[in-house]
Formats: sequence, C-alpha cells, structure tokens
Amino acid sequence: MENLKLNVNIAGVSFKNPIIAASGTFGFGVEYKEYIDLNHLGGISVTGLTLEPRKGNPPPRIAETPSGILNSVGLQNPGVDYFIDSILPKLKQYDTNIIANINGNTLDEYCHMATRLQQIDIDMLELNLSCPNVKQGGVSFGTDPEMVYSITKAVKEHSHQPLIVKLTPNVTDITEIAIAAQKGGGDAISLVNTFLGMAIDVKTRRPVLGNITGGLSGPAIKPLALRMVWQVSRAVEIPIIGMGGIMTGEDVVEFLLAGATAVSIGTANLVTPDSMVKILYDFKTYMHNNKVSSIDELIGGLIVKMPT
Amino acid sequence: MSRHIAEVVENIEIACKIYKMTIISNQVAQSAYPGQFIHISIPHDESLLLRRPISINRVNRNNNQVDIIYQVVGKGTKILSGLEKGAELDILGPLGKGFWIPKGTKKIYIVGGGCGVAPVRFIGERWDYLDITSFLGFRGKPWAYQIDEFERFSRKVFVSSDDGTIGYKGSIISLLDKHLSVENPDLVMACGPVPMIQALQKTVLKYDIPCQISLEERMGCGVGGCLVCSCAIGSKDKWDYKKVCTDGPVFWSEEVILDGESETKC
Ligand SMILES: Cc1cc2nc3c(=O)[nH]c(=O)nc-3n(C[C@H](O)[C@H](O)[C@H](O)COP(=O)(O)OP(=O)(O)OC[C@H]3O[C@@H](n4cnc5c(N)ncnc54)[C@H](O)[C@@H]3O)c2cc1C
Ligand SMILES: Cc1cc2nc3c(=O)[nH]c(=O)nc-3n(C[C@H](O)[C@H](O)[C@H](O)COP(=O)(O)O)c2cc1C
Ligand code: FES
Repeated sequence: MENLKLNVNIAGVSFKNPIIAASGTFGFGVEYKEYIDLNHLGGISVTGLTLEPRKGNPPPRIAETPSGILNSVGLQNPGVDYFIDSILPKLKQYDTNIIANINGNTLDEYCHMATRLQQIDIDMLELNLSCPNVKQGGVSFGTDPEMVYSITKAVKEHSHQPLIVKLTPNVTDITEIAIAAQKGGGDAISLVNTFLGMAIDVKTRRPVLGNITGGLSGPAIKPLALRMVWQVSRAVEIPIIGMGGIMTGEDVVEFLLAGATAVSIGTANLVTPDSMVKILYDFKTYMHNNKVSSIDELIGGLIVKMPT
Repeated sequence: MSRHIAEVVENIEIACKIYKMTIISNQVAQSAYPGQFIHISIPHDESLLLRRPISINRVNRNNNQVDIIYQVVGKGTKILSGLEKGAELDILGPLGKGFWIPKGTKKIYIVGGGCGVAPVRFIGERWDYLDITSFLGFRGKPWAYQIDEFERFSRKVFVSSDDGTIGYKGSIISLLDKHLSVENPDLVMACGPVPMIQALQKTVLKYDIPCQISLEERMGCGVGGCLVCSCAIGSKDKWDYKKVCTDGPVFWSEEVILDGESETKC
C-alpha cells in the first residue's frame, strides 16, 4: 500500500491525498487533534468565516433524519481577524493544506474577506455561495448564474490565493451555475453544499430546528451529489472537489470516477471524529485490492455508454 | 477522551422505561468525573447517524465498570434498551466539562429531576466527604429510581413527585425553596428538565446561592467541532453561544439563558 500515488493537484496547489475536511464540520481542525493526526489529511476547509464575528442561529441546530442530518448552525464563527490572529498559527503547525471558507451578505463583504486574507499564509480560498441558512446570505448569490459570475470575478480580483467556488445544490440546473463560476475566473469548484430541508416534531407540532429549515447532508444526499458532480465535470474544465454523504473509501472512489479530483468529508466527522483517517485507509485498500497504482486512473474514469 | 469499544455487562429496566446499563470501559472508569458524558454510536441501524449523549451515573475504578441510566424516548434509546450482555458499543468519552468543587465548599445540595437524577448521583459517589443533602423529583412512583443510592452518601434525601405517589406532592424546587429559606449550603448542583431548571434558577437567585447546572442540547460531534450544540451563556445584554459538549454541559446557573422552548422529556 506504500507505493500508491495519492497526491493530486488542484489549481497549482498540491494535496498529499484527496481527503479534505468539509467546511463547518471539522471546526478549525485543532478541535479534533486528540482524535486524528491532522498531518494525514490532504486539506482542511475551516468553518465558514465572516468579516465580523457571528453568533449563528438559535438552538436546536441539528436534527437527525433517515441517513442524514439537518443543520442550521448559521455560520457561527469568531470572525476572520480572530481566525488569522488566534487560530491560524496553531493550524500552521500541521502539514496539511488550509482552505479559508469565506461568506458574506454582500458582494463587498466577500471582496473584503478576500482582501483581508491576501497576505495571509493559507493555501486556497473557498467562496461559499451556498449556505442556505443565513437569511439574506448565500442562497441568493448561488442560485443565479449572473450573480455567480460577477461575484466570482470580483472576488478573484481581490484574492491572491487560488479560488474554489462552492456551489449550492438548491438550483434547477447545476451546470449553468458551474459554467458561470468558471467564466468568472474560479480556479476550482466544490460541490455540493447542503440541500434545504426541514423536520417536524409531531408531538409538539413544531419544527425541530430553531431556525425552522436547515441544510440536509450525509448519505441521504449522496446519489444527488454524485449526479451533480458528474454533470458538472462534463460541463467545465476546472477541477472539482466532490462531496455529499461520503462515509467510506468506496464512496470516495465513486466521486472520483464521476469526475472529482478530490473529495471533502463533512457529516462523517460528526459521526466519528477520526472518520477521515478510516476513509483514507479504506480508499488505499480499494486501490491496492483493485490494482490501481495511481489516483489519476480513477479521476473521471467512469465507464459509460451514453444513451443515444 | 477517546473513541473505543465498550462491552455491555448488564442492561436492566430499573423503572418505567428507564434502563441502567453497565459497560466496561477502562478509559471512562479511570478518568471520568461527575457531570461528564459518553457519546454512544447506536448499533444495528446505520440510518441513525448521530451518537447519543448519555451522562455517567457511576464508575467503579477497581473493575472498570461504568453505569449509565437512560430513558427510552426514541429510536436510539429503544435500540440501546434491547442490547444484551456481551454486546459491544462504540463510544467516545468521557466528554465535557462536568461539575467542580470550588475551594472551601463543605455543604452542598444535589438536585435531580427525572433523567437528571442519574448524572447527579456521581457527584455524591465521588465527593462523599462533603455534607450532602439531596432533592430528587420524579413524575411518580413508577418512574422513581436509585433513591437508596442517594441515601448512602446524603445526610438526608427529599423526594417529590408530580402526582404524590412517592414523597412530597409537587415540584422538587418548591421543596428546595423551603430548605434554602432556613439553611444556606455553599453550593447547589443540579440536572433536570428545562422547566425545573428555570424554577431552580429563580430560587437560587432569590437566596443568592451559587449553583451549577448541567444542560442538555442536541449534539453532533460531541468534541467541539460542529457548533450544533449551542446554548446562550452570559447575561441578558451580553451573551454568546457556548458549546454544551466542550464548554459544558455544566455551567453556572446565573449565566444560563433558557428560552423555555427547549426540549423537555423527563
Ligand atoms: C450532555 C447530555 C447528557 C445526557 N444524559 C442523559 C442521561 O443520562 N439519561 C438520559 O436518559 N438522557 C440523557 N440525555 C438525553 C439523551 O441524549 C436523549 O434522550 C437521547 O439522545 C434520545 O435519543 P433517541 O434516539 O432515543 O431519541 P430521538 O428523539 O429518536 O433522537 C433523535 C435525535 O435527537 C437527539 N435528542 C433527542 N432528545 C434529546 C435530548 N433531550 N437531549 C439531547 N439530544 C436529544 C438524539 O440524540 C438524536 O440525535 C443527555 C443529553 C445530553 C446533551
Ligand atoms: C454542521 C454543518 C456545518 C456546515 N457549515 C458549512 C460552512 O460554514 N460553510 C460551507 O461552505 N459549508 C458548510 N457545510 C456544508 C458541508 O461543508 C458539506 O458541503 C455538506 O455537509 C455535504 O457534505 P457531507 O454530506 O459529507 O456532510 C456545513 C455542514 C454541516 C453538516
Ligand atoms: S456537538 Fe459538535 S460542537 Fe458540540
């Protein structure tokens, strides 16, 4: 298992393996350091950052649904400055790529975030156009191709690091959004963020979540996510980071075959803190058992006979 | 603080829909202290993704046995109740910041309501050198448990029930109020359903007695990474969401802001 080629390149950034922690599910990484060796990860996309500290949504913020979870955290975070001053130095002690997931309520805020991070030692920016939780935020940007184009373009002008555009799946045609992100200058695309959903407690006749609606993630969304990754991979040239319900090494293989260059793991981190190490191990076992010596053989390797 | 497999040695119904499970866990038995919890992965049903947080009721450091007490309320606890001796559980723990004894504390009151009686027992087991008086509230006799265990370390145990089938009829907090009006303990330590906690907050404020309370909130990771377990901590004008899993579950009573809409089950 030692000679496997696992490293991938995304927009000029080299990842030692394709496993990246998904934003919002892995804190700032350091919370997990007693459970998992952060040096083993390809990268960490940190909790969604905003310009100012943000309290987030009222509890309860999580509901369990069959094979999935709904969350309505609402981007609780200590703000980008606190991240830079107090958290990043701790995270830099580890040998893994750091991705800053940036969020804003206005185009200006997104640009401000990118500017603030220009001189900071992080590997990539991830533009979250998709968080469905925050009232005036995310959803309006990520569902309109024009908006996606202009915001990507504007943020790209303000950023020094390669830019990943993270898409919301709550749209009719994911490919037109992906194309807009590419046209705007996005260096890579990540998808999917959570699907908007809700859960109701029939005893109390109330929504389970304090925010009424929330984002669905976990194995329940995997087929949807996989389909979208496949569609997007056929529509754009830039590399894709695929995610949505990945719990096993074989799930990783599926996303790579569908066209992703790397994957993110989200909900699995909530289930068990050392999930990513286990998933990476299983992925390597798959490669070994199937005589796949390089990850490049898997990326976009889906064998399809297109219906005529 | 680790993830490991624990073996079930006993799992019995000790009151109406309330089970006591004994597991073997060297890590939990050796390092846990009162107020901490374990985060249990539910076996047999992969569609139940999330772990269930359950407080530690008692540990035995000699044979590494750990007791937990849980009420069957939904799918996860139902599956737990069906586990037999020899079953294996994937657990994380001990987790959380539990109760603590400030310097100079001699006399404490322990208050537990419903499922909240289970975690506060560990206080009396661990800190039995203190002068302890216990106040236990139950829905009624069929739901009452472990009163005799509290009698072993308490100077006196007061019991109440909603329907009067055991102990004093009425709320355990009104009973507590009567005692606080004539005697001042150094500290009150409590766990119970939200309405009980809200009544308790008012009572301890009235008599100006320091009080630690253990909170419940729906959890994800249990280790501080996902921010889903927030509760409002601070004062009315200046508060923040803190994490019940790692900043708590135990907080000072005067800092906890409850909106009353939260889950109440026991
Ligand atoms: C720190 C802490 C300690 C706890 N200690 C105990 C204990 O010692 N004994 C005991 O009986 N119960 C305890 N609880 C509550 C216990 O976690 C829930 O009753 C249990 O998770 C319900 O699971 P279920 O699958 O049966 O219910 P379901 O309603 O089917 O669960 C659905 C989801 O909601 C969550 N959930 C439901 N009710 C609660 C609740 N009250 N608090 C938190 N999450 C909830 C579940 O974990 C699960 O994710 C504790 C909760 C916390 C946060
Ligand atoms: C609790 C929680 C918080 C999240 N917070 C963010 C966030 O701040 N920014 C973001 O871009 N995505 C966020 N997401 C979405 C995940 O990064 C990921 O896209 C999604 O959960 C799908 O992957 P999964 O099924 O593996 O969880 C969050 C997801 C969860 C479950
Ligand atoms: S449960 Fe994840 S932060 Fe508390």
